Amino acid sequence: MSKKILLSHGGGGEETQSLIKELFLKYFENEILLKMEDAAALSMNTNRIVFTTDSFTVSPLFFNGGNIGKLAIAGTVNDLVMMGARPKYLTCSFMIEEGFSYDDLETIVISMRDEMLKSGVCIVAGDTKVVPKGGVDGLFINTSGIGEIVLEGISAHNLRPNHSIIVSNEVGNHGACILARREDIELETELKTDCVSLWKPVEALINAGVKVLAFRDATRGGLSAVLNEWAETSHVCIEVNENKIPVAPEVKGICEMLGFEPYEFANEGTMVICVEEGEEQKTLDILHTFEECKKASFIGKVSDKYENRVILNTPWGSSRFLEPPKGELLPRIC
Amino acid sequence: MPDLIEGFRNPDHIKALSSLIKKESTRKINIMEVCGGHTHTIMKFGLPQILPESIDFIHGPGCPVCIMPKERIDHAIALASLPNTILATLGDMIRVPGSKTSLQKLRAEGKDIRSLYTPLDVIKIAKENPDKNVIFFAIGFETTTPMTAVIVQMALKENLKNLYFHINHVTVPEAVDAIMCDGDSKVDAFLGPSHVSVITGYKKYEPIVEKYKTPIVVAGFEPTDVMESILRIVRQFNAGDKRFVDNEYARAVSRDGNLKAQELINTYMDVRDHFRWRGIGDIPKSALKLRDEYAFFDAEVKFKEFLPTVELDDHKMCICGDILKGKAKPYDCKVFGKACVPSAPMGSCMVSSEGACSAYYKYGKLAAKGA
Amino acid sequence: MCLSIPSKVIAIDENNMATVDTMGVRRQVTLDLMSEPVVVGEYLLIHVGFAMNKIDVEDAEVSLRIFAEIVEAMEDGEIDDEDGNMNYA
Repeated sequence: MSKKILLSHGGGGEETQSLIKELFLKYFENEILLKMEDAAALSMNTNRIVFTTDSFTVSPLFFNGGNIGKLAIAGTVNDLVMMGARPKYLTCSFMIEEGFSYDDLETIVISMRDEMLKSGVCIVAGDTKVVPKGGVDGLFINTSGIGEIVLEGISAHNLRPNHSIIVSNEVGNHGACILARREDIELETELKTDCVSLWKPVEALINAGVKVLAFRDATRGGLSAVLNEWAETSHVCIEVNENKIPVAPEVKGICEMLGFEPYEFANEGTMVICVEEGEEQKTLDILHTFEECKKASFIGKVSDKYENRVILNTPWGSSRFLEPPKGELLPRIC
Repeated sequence: MPDLIEGFRNPDHIKALSSLIKKESTRKINIMEVCGGHTHTIMKFGLPQILPESIDFIHGPGCPVCIMPKERIDHAIALASLPNTILATLGDMIRVPGSKTSLQKLRAEGKDIRSLYTPLDVIKIAKENPDKNVIFFAIGFETTTPMTAVIVQMALKENLKNLYFHINHVTVPEAVDAIMCDGDSKVDAFLGPSHVSVITGYKKYEPIVEKYKTPIVVAGFEPTDVMESILRIVRQFNAGDKRFVDNEYARAVSRDGNLKAQELINTYMDVRDHFRWRGIGDIPKSALKLRDEYAFFDAEVKFKEFLPTVELDDHKMCICGDILKGKAKPYDCKVFGKACVPSAPMGSCMVSSEGACSAYYKYGKLAAKGA
Repeated sequence: MCLSIPSKVIAIDENNMATVDTMGVRRQVTLDLMSEPVVVGEYLLIHVGFAMNKIDVEDAEVSLRIFAEIVEAMEDGEIDDEDGNMNYA
């Protein structure tokens, strides 16, 4: 009979301590965490700090190319990285449903460890709760993160006409991958989530001195949400060319079948970058050296055609507005 | 092996067809696309922007959700509100507002309402819930009608005693006839629906062309198909007085259609003498119901006492009716984009993904000319 | 509602259900509306979980060839692209 997480594992007593030691400390091992104090005492190299938090309730917990744990790490790391910051420390809280499989939890924790290695970030504080059956849907994770700003001035307010827009990967993979798994839709595909930490490619852009104005990772609401938010925040127009936006064939297929647009589907490891005019090739050359950014593409420009709007240009000379995504499109995807 | 999807979205083909249409178009032609899916193709791919001023679109009533009168939406709500009941329907139906609420809002209040991707799931739901009444609220034009017929057949075979059908299937040719019958129709030609025609065959449109002398070109769904079909309409006018049904979608549509599907429909369903279309009024013989011998399956019979009968008209600011008849465009509506938006629709044209207002709202002013 | 998409048959089972593939996404559809036999490798038009009709690939090829010829004819004559859009081809 496979081992299960019990209410006693969250009780704060012996069972909790042994769960923490056998599982969390084993895989998240680092000097600060091992001290097992009430809180982590940290040193930062700068007082220019970014701080973020995220909760993860994705269903299903395991999907092609990832799981809730990988998502939690990449998601919070990317929030920090998008501010031009080196991700340093994370906290991690688990809310586990009574009866959850120990092996599944271990698989998730190992994924988290593997994902943290990509950016060098570590978990320095944590919490574990076990709730009675039905209290949470299997497992919920909350992560908070701290980073040190290494590139100042990154902001959604920076966009001006003639700036260039680049996307680092195919759009919509994560959202489409999760949607296909929904029981009522029953689609089978090899499509994987694009979930990944983006620190390394961003670090390379910063080190090469690329003139970046804004970064945003395209999560819920996808590319459309990012572009519309930028257009509104900077009071500009963003014009993108449909044939330059990379979309995986499977995502196209799912969109055709179900009547969605790939620009509304979530990503979890794909960023939209605004750079100064002329920096496009330099940016693409650097991004293309990273596996996770192989498909990076220069998709459009900032203009002043229609303030606060995003325009999609077709390859045959017509255009339409790319509306911000509305309503409950998908089940919980992050 | 041709790419059956992207191959029909080839930018070079589309640009070339646009040039040819501009070159050959000599007179004003108002084209009605009957099918809501075509409305979306036209708007989403921005086709009005690459067509000459002489070509104008009039949006037809090809959205099965849009033409449902409020009192029938209230039927769905009444049925869903019954105790021990599961109401299942396809797609957009759950968001359409009835006189007081919508299925979506009712679902949030705890009623068991299922939005399905395939009617096959209805059989599964009925089997899994033997002590509940499962009601399938069936909507759609001829494309979706045969699927309902298959489900009826399956229900009979499996001897399911807890499954009922509320049939709201409607037919295209009668609707087109009703539009043309109306003396002030401005329609010069039709883009025939793609997938309705797969089922019915294009023979169904021959009487209309005969009667009204309007060309009907059955068009595929892709932008190249629509552009080619418009070119064929232009050429029919240029060539002289002969008017005929043309089949651009030959790779999927034949003259006779899917005979097995037609047979299944005829086996289980019958034509209603009357059916009220929202905004248009009664169109005789334009809708279907279950045949009398299957009345035991018919939710309108079984649950008759719970179903409202009063005919309800739309809010006086809503001009969905005129839009459906092709007499107005969404921008002509005073509440379009203001009080009436996809998240709070006042009329069906805004809520359904096939409705003209929804298409205009989503794809914006850029995609439609003269807006 | 009219969402239909050409899909390739990759398997058929004994319950008259076919596995079809569209751009790398596979699903199960029923062949209950098909009167003619369906063979692996053929293309079907699918709507809400049902195969409605076969797609005549030859007809599709003919259509595409005609469009290609139109493009060639235009290239020999004039191509009228009045709309000035930003294209970074």
